[in-house]
Amino acid sequence: MADASTSAKGDLKLSNLVKAYGEFVAVDDLSLLIPEGSFFALLGPSGCGKTTTLRMIAGLDEPTSGSIHIGNTDITYQKPYDRPVNTVFQNYALFPHLTIFENIAFGLRRRGIKDVKGQVDKVLNLVELPHLAERKPTQLSGGQQQRIALARAIVNRPALLLLDEPLGALDLKLRRQMQIELKWIQTEVGLTFVHVTHDQEEAMTMADTIAVMNEGKIEQMGTPADLYDSPRTAFVANFLGQSNLIQGRIVDNDGDAHVVEIHGQKVKVLKNRSVAKDSSILFGIRPEKIRIQPGAHQLSGCVLEGGKISDVSYIGVSTQYQVEMPWGQELMVFEQNDDGIPPLAKGDPVKLSWETVFSFGLDGHEDASAGSEVNPDEE
Amino acid sequence: MTKASRWLSKNLIRIYAVLGFTYLFIPVIYTIVFSFNDSGKSNLVWRGFTFKNWTNPCGAADVCNALGNSLKIGFLSTLIATILGTLIAFAIGRYAFKGHGLVNSLIFLPMATPEIVMGSSLLTMFVSFGINPGFWTIVIAHIMFCISFIVVAVKARIASLDPRLEQAAMDLYADERETFRKITFPLVAPGIAGAALLAFSLSFDDFIITNFNSGSVNTFPKFVYISAQRGLPAQANVIGATMFIVAIALVLTAQFVGNRRKTTA
Amino acid sequence: MVWLAIFFLAPIVKLVSTSTQTQGVNIGEYVQSYRFANFLDAFTSAAPQFFRSFVYAGLATLFALIIAYPLAYAIAFKSGKWKNTLLVLVVAPFFTSFLLRTIAWEQILGEQGLVIKTLRLLHILGPTGHLTATPFAVVAGLTYNFLPFMTLPLYASLDRIDPRTLEASGDLYANGFTTFRKVTFPLSLPGVVAGTLLTFIPAAGDYVNAELLGNPRTRMIGNVIEARYLRIVDYPGAAALSFILMATILILVLVYIRKMGTDEVV
Repeated sequence: MADASTSAKGDLKLSNLVKAYGEFVAVDDLSLLIPEGSFFALLGPSGCGKTTTLRMIAGLDEPTSGSIHIGNTDITYQKPYDRPVNTVFQNYALFPHLTIFENIAFGLRRRGIKDVKGQVDKVLNLVELPHLAERKPTQLSGGQQQRIALARAIVNRPALLLLDEPLGALDLKLRRQMQIELKWIQTEVGLTFVHVTHDQEEAMTMADTIAVMNEGKIEQMGTPADLYDSPRTAFVANFLGQSNLIQGRIVDNDGDAHVVEIHGQKVKVLKNRSVAKDSSILFGIRPEKIRIQPGAHQLSGCVLEGGKISDVSYIGVSTQYQVEMPWGQELMVFEQNDDGIPPLAKGDPVKLSWETVFSFGLDGHEDASAGSEVNPDEE
Repeated sequence: MTKASRWLSKNLIRIYAVLGFTYLFIPVIYTIVFSFNDSGKSNLVWRGFTFKNWTNPCGAADVCNALGNSLKIGFLSTLIATILGTLIAFAIGRYAFKGHGLVNSLIFLPMATPEIVMGSSLLTMFVSFGINPGFWTIVIAHIMFCISFIVVAVKARIASLDPRLEQAAMDLYADERETFRKITFPLVAPGIAGAALLAFSLSFDDFIITNFNSGSVNTFPKFVYISAQRGLPAQANVIGATMFIVAIALVLTAQFVGNRRKTTA
Repeated sequence: MVWLAIFFLAPIVKLVSTSTQTQGVNIGEYVQSYRFANFLDAFTSAAPQFFRSFVYAGLATLFALIIAYPLAYAIAFKSGKWKNTLLVLVVAPFFTSFLLRTIAWEQILGEQGLVIKTLRLLHILGPTGHLTATPFAVVAGLTYNFLPFMTLPLYASLDRIDPRTLEASGDLYANGFTTFRKVTFPLSLPGVVAGTLLTFIPAAGDYVNAELLGNPRTRMIGNVIEARYLRIVDYPGAAALSFILMATILILVLVYIRKMGTDEVV
């Protein structure tokens, strides 16, 4: 057990992982490859199965079926203390009766490592809290506890570090600061980080790769930019940021683009940005990509006419409009306040336009509201 | 509302609390005061202040023998009941096994039984087994009723333990035994200590069950009860007062240490 | 671990179960020709004491509840940083032997005590009136002795109440009394149940208070059982009484718990 942390190295591979509690399937046939050294985020609303997945990787829950490998080592049924995996627990789980030093030294001592003092001091320096070594956890602030929990895990140099909503208990400002710090520490120590969160901004700030989970399955996986710019399901489009999804039909071809008819008006979507299976399509466009114009301006790209502003919210950097379209749907438009022109008023008739490259197409048989009802801040 | 009535309605609950505590403490104060009484045979009327009872606590016949027995019984039964009770609490709190519910209700039963029933049924059992009541039957009886309280107290402590702490220990390469030794036990220990203190005071103070199962062995409560009929010697007050002071000192020290740990580095 | 526990558990479980079940069996062993009529005989002979026990215990429980509730409430909500000190104070009297305290009451209220002289002086009590050797003294003694058993569970359940729920109730137009009736009291119900049980059960079986503070006409079932066991040595009769007492209490407790609709007894 002494060399647990060095016994297995390599990519983390989850194969056909299932976890069922009676009738309820928490994790449903999940397969995933997380390359060594990457910062990977599992993102999803509460109850989507992300924490269960994490606990199975940590060895705290046993999968119903499927397997977990690190490199070529099968760790599916290994005890938690036998696997080269460490966890930063939600609410930290620091041992209240031990000093900070002993908390961090805990794993090293169990593994019979010689130079405990040196290693603990080094990692305390890394998280910039060397002066707290002799305190008890209850004497630390939330942010300090968070860093100690991180130090306690990375001091063991595991093949894999799991972070379970590590920043959930911190206030917004501290969370932003810790996001940057975590990312920096990950680059510094070069370990594989698997980060579970329901906060899309947190995932996008830190992770190289994000897997969006919903109802025990992975909806889509990719880089943050990938997921945001080219969502492939309505859930991803709505859960990561906001999207306007409009029901339409593909009626024609125009080179590398589909021509989509939306309630009598025609717009385009690039073929490689559409995953529609037949002519039925959910036409998507992000609110900040839309330009909003009154009256009879000449417009380029795709245009939708006949809108009427039903609500205006001025929020400093941008103005958010709700625009009621002729078919009754309300579309969202975010406009930067960078042109010195006063915002449009409620009731004004408007046209909407955008560059064709920004639009995307989803399977038209999907529920357009999937993922938009979940409040990302709940839990 | 007038100023006075507003003050009254605001502080009513405080005034009430003060009265309540006064009620609780009258006999304690009385006991302590009369431990300094220059009494003759009975300690009923105030005859003047003296230290003589305090300098000679064993002055009354048999009082120190009874006290010694009580301390021995209290110590023994607390020790055994604490060990057994803790094991049971862990078994119930941590493992699901057959008869889980049955054990739970068996633990609860002694607490829901009047002492007189416990005392008399134990006596019946001892007699039917042909065991003569004496020192050891008292110890067994005390273990019996202390165990329930210990199980309940320790179980509550185990239940309040964050399971993530143990998971974190396992995650940090501690196997089941190390996790128990390094994390679970140290965290439950204060609860066990508190339960043991409670058990000791229950055992020390018990009269009814003891009276049934003691045979000719004297304990302090029994001594008090028997001599009360003739007039209680002031030495009993001395011992009562000492117990009170020692216990308060213990509790205050524990609190003080606890507070220091929380506030200093 | 489990094996160890079970290994120790078995004899204890056995001991507990025999101790609470011996009566029936032993009566049979004791009187070779066992008759159920023992129960009837015992019961009819001690019926007055039996009912008196439950009346006294009930009264003591009620008084203890009335005294302890505001006390627990004050500690839980009004004590601020003194909370722990006050809690220690509630338990503190425990540490002087309860017999000593009962005897102290006997002497304070007794013929030689200050209280009775004052009361006589003020003509509240006639020259022949007394306080000890009355049912009043017995109930007062019971109330006093079990007061901490009532206070602590009440405190525990009151302390668990989020003060904000009380503020919310006030915010929603409930006055102080309505807040108490509709929010505080229902939320503290588990504590009330536990406290009343912890008071009622030992009070019903107690005989020390009746012995020290009462007279022959205030004797309780405990006195009868004690006398039959230790003085008359009538084991079968005494055991039968014990059994009846326990069975009655168990039934009362079960009915009570069901009525209060809570399983959180401890």
